[in-house]
Amino acid sequence: MAASKPKDERFDRRPWLLLSPALASVLLLLVIPTVFIVVYSFWLRTAVGSEQVGFYLDNWQEVLTDGFYHDILFQTLRIAALSTLVCALVGYIPAYFIAYTSTRHKALLLLLLMLPFWVSYIIRTMSWINILGVSGAVNSTLMALGIISEPIQMLYNEATVILGLVHFLLPFMILNIYVSLDGIDRSLTDAARSLGCTGWQAFREVTLPLSVPGLAAGGLLCFVLGAGTYITPMVLGGPRNAMFANLVYEAIVTQLNWPLGSALSLLLLALLGTLVMVYSRFLGIDQIAKSFR
Amino acid sequence: MDDTTRYQRLLERYRNGDIDRRGFLTLLGAAGLSAGLVGGPMAALSRRARAATPDQVRFDGWGGIVSEAFREYAFQPYTAKTGIEVVDGTFGGADEYLARVRASQPGEFNVAHLSGVFDYARYHNLDLSTTLNEDNIPNLKLVITALMDAFRPLTGGTLSAVPYDYGTTGIAYNRKHVSDDEAKELGAKLLLKPEFKGKVGGWGEWKTRIWYAALQTGQDPNGIEDMDAVWDTLREHRDLLLKYWTSGAELMSLLAEEEIYVTEAWSGRVKALQDQGHDIGYLDPPGGLAWQECLFVIKGSPMAACEELLNFMLEPEVSIAVAEGQNYPPALDPTKVDLGEEVPVLPSFDPTGTLDSLNFFDPVYWNSHEAEWSKTFGRVQKGY
Repeated sequence: MAASKPKDERFDRRPWLLLSPALASVLLLLVIPTVFIVVYSFWLRTAVGSEQVGFYLDNWQEVLTDGFYHDILFQTLRIAALSTLVCALVGYIPAYFIAYTSTRHKALLLLLLMLPFWVSYIIRTMSWINILGVSGAVNSTLMALGIISEPIQMLYNEATVILGLVHFLLPFMILNIYVSLDGIDRSLTDAARSLGCTGWQAFREVTLPLSVPGLAAGGLLCFVLGAGTYITPMVLGGPRNAMFANLVYEAIVTQLNWPLGSALSLLLLALLGTLVMVYSRFLGIDQIAKSFR
Repeated sequence: MDDTTRYQRLLERYRNGDIDRRGFLTLLGAAGLSAGLVGGPMAALSRRARAATPDQVRFDGWGGIVSEAFREYAFQPYTAKTGIEVVDGTFGGADEYLARVRASQPGEFNVAHLSGVFDYARYHNLDLSTTLNEDNIPNLKLVITALMDAFRPLTGGTLSAVPYDYGTTGIAYNRKHVSDDEAKELGAKLLLKPEFKGKVGGWGEWKTRIWYAALQTGQDPNGIEDMDAVWDTLREHRDLLLKYWTSGAELMSLLAEEEIYVTEAWSGRVKALQDQGHDIGYLDPPGGLAWQECLFVIKGSPMAACEELLNFMLEPEVSIAVAEGQNYPPALDPTKVDLGEEVPVLPSFDPTGTLDSLNFFDPVYWNSHEAEWSKTFGRVQKGY
């Protein structure tokens, strides 16, 4: 008769049971749909818009060799990078203020930071039309003040796309930088000051380097979200400001070419996924999670 | 007294002239409201819609003033009469809607207000069509024959939709910057006037843009011979463009806010702007584009309930009220039905009931080029 295993060597099912709802969600909502998309990418669209089932590399060949897709992809990465840079420059100051303020209302400031999320992203994006439009608030004010005689055309260009993205992404950046700054031991800056550093030097030599993980986490989040958007260029962009997600939308919705749309979306997914993996390898993905704790 | 009897008596009073149209519609609206609007999860809706006697039918349309007209003049009275609730959804474009239908379960979407013969053919090719029992839609006899004749050859002589209205996509222009005479003189080429660079709009839809580019290059849009010239003209137009608009609401906003001075535009939307007091002119240039819209019944729908809804929507009282609400002439034949005073003055109205003066997409021709042209247009649109 075989001896039974000691209690501590037995397979403990409890963690798996506790994890099962989360694992099932990931499986059903992420893994299986992604597998469907992968399968679709090897099918072909027929002339009437239905799919020809099989294993064809045509979509992948087109996506990987056609310069049109490469140009739009490059434009997407450029716009996302510029938006992220602006977010970092603009977002650092309020994050610093919230982290170092002595006011008792820090929680209120953080709540204000979350306030934009209570309004639909599309509504927030469209609000710029009322601000920057020919009959919008800015033009009306400038004309009323006599500064300009004719309205300035401010909308529907790359600058307004970046503006819309910054508006959308800024809270993510501020939150990440704030978490990073809030975790810095204040005695380090005090020590730097006591050793003769000016306020600016203490910031440059101590605070800024220690907040880099937060900046990087915010940067990653902003870049990935920015590179995957299609609403902002659709609403605020002109004819030449399309981003890669617009191509996916068009392939699937306008051209009814789901196989090509699948290949395009997988290409974007692979690119952004690689970026996340590189980030995780060097900086650790857990920094982003801290912002949401 | 049940709802059906109440409705029939109301209709009888209206037909006898005991109450005017406004009073009739108000009472019908009140009856519809009393029936209540009950929402429900879409999955349950789909299940119910497939039932033999559904309590809900889903209708999808273009939103805005068009959907408001349907809600006010058609759905509420229909619900009051039948007890079947009409759940109405909207879409921004026919392509987007087709993508949603293809991703849905049969029966989830039932009746759709689709554009033109082109969509009718697409839905049929994708095996999404049905066969209507025309005996259940007696009001079909009031519909312009030419509109139905455009559908029948595509579905083997039967119908999967009833024609509902028609209109044109002409050129809208801001009268502060373009005179009526100049618009008439330039026609379709008004959209290519270099002085308007940055003040030109365009519908981001490949068929309409290619149609107008064909006109601008002096070609027959239903038989284009020099496609290179068309692509060049599309690029020329793109370089003058402020923005490709994607919905009627955006079109109206761009014109009303004077972001753009000239664009292609839907006749009914321009009429709505004019009614709001905006000084916007509208021109159907020679060879301009007309379209018809239909109420298409999608495969998997409860046919009897849908046919009853279609028949109800084709009642002259309802159809005329919807036409006046959405500013597009109804599909009813003006030689058979008295369309009142407002409909005959709507843009693109044809008093003959033959539609001989209007130009429509040839569905076979345009469908045969869809894959290639829609893809190429997508590139031209983005600067290539």
